[in-house]
Amino acid sequence: MSDSWIQLLEGPSAGEDARLATLHAQLVERAEGRDALDVTYRTVDSPLGSLLLAATPEGVVRVAFELEDHDRVLDALGTTIGPRILRGGHRLDPLASELDDYFAGRRHGFDVPLDLRLARGFRLTVLRHLREIPYGSTESYREVAAAAGSPKAVRAVGSACATNPLPIVVPCHRVVRSDGSLGGYLGGLPSKQQLLALERTAA
Amino acid sequence: MKRPFEQAVTEHGAVVLRVCRAVLGPTEADDAWSETFLAALRAWPGLPDDANVRAWLVTIAHRKALDVVRARGRHPVPVAQVPDTTAPAADQPGEALPDRELWACLAALPDKQRLCVAYHHVAGLPHPEVARIVGGTPAAARRAAADGIARLRATYAPHGRVSTHV
Repeated sequence: MSDSWIQLLEGPSAGEDARLATLHAQLVERAEGRDALDVTYRTVDSPLGSLLLAATPEGVVRVAFELEDHDRVLDALGTTIGPRILRGGHRLDPLASELDDYFAGRRHGFDVPLDLRLARGFRLTVLRHLREIPYGSTESYREVAAAAGSPKAVRAVGSACATNPLPIVVPCHRVVRSDGSLGGYLGGLPSKQQLLALERTAA
Repeated sequence: MKRPFEQAVTEHGAVVLRVCRAVLGPTEADDAWSETFLAALRAWPGLPDDANVRAWLVTIAHRKALDVVRARGRHPVPVAQVPDTTAPAADQPGEALPDRELWACLAALPDKQRLCVAYHHVAGLPHPEVARIVGGTPAAARRAAADGIARLRATYAPHGRVSTHV
């Protein structure tokens, strides 16, 4: 006699995926309601490829390009913020729709609350200043260093931009070299070019 | 380094749902799953990095299932749910019964056998892990799982499908 029926116990059952999706959504909702989550996340498609968006209860804490490897970014969030991380929920819906508008040229700034805890010290000062660079314009690394109160810290501005936890939303792409060349970008230079071109045409 | 909890849900969510279903039946499985993962989420930061996540989740599910049983104050699986044993129509010998019927037979097993079958065959845990969860020795857990499978073979397989081409 064959005992192949035992495999039925070990394998998936009909309709299981749909039930799990429902249960997962309920879990996120209940956990959010009880403040039991460190981070929720989702991905959105954009002209720059898939973007990972992550938020704490305080606000958006991370935006990451595919180039940064979303799984590694999530692992890092687990270490720095906390591992109680789930995909889904509605915390990031406002940012997703603001990004849609931004990439369509209809929006020039972001209104969602931000959680800047991943940046400290001088880097945080730089990020705060970056948010004041107007849509469609650029500043040099040197200018940003001066504005952040440390005119000699040009390289430190570069590393603040390179480690910006909230690219696009905190516009480090508006920082270029004094000679007009692009400098670097954590999402890759083509992305930086694309963002600057978008802002030139939509400004 | 503790990995994001989402990975635990992705990797083990389906197995835990099957375990809850095997232990409690389909109606109460969803609640037990939710309670299990909510409790696991809370405790996740304190779980040692080298812990066996599946065994840990099944242990929580076991406790949550006991809570459900205690809450309803009666036997885990009512005997009335024992499936009827009519044979399938003879003109469709090769057709598999819906697996619902197998799960109903599983529900009709004595507690210890059902738990050991659920944790060993459904969850895939080794007998010593099963014994740690249900109590008793690994040998007793192994025997209970084997007895459970033998009983399923007697209640389900004869009129269920025994074709070999699965």
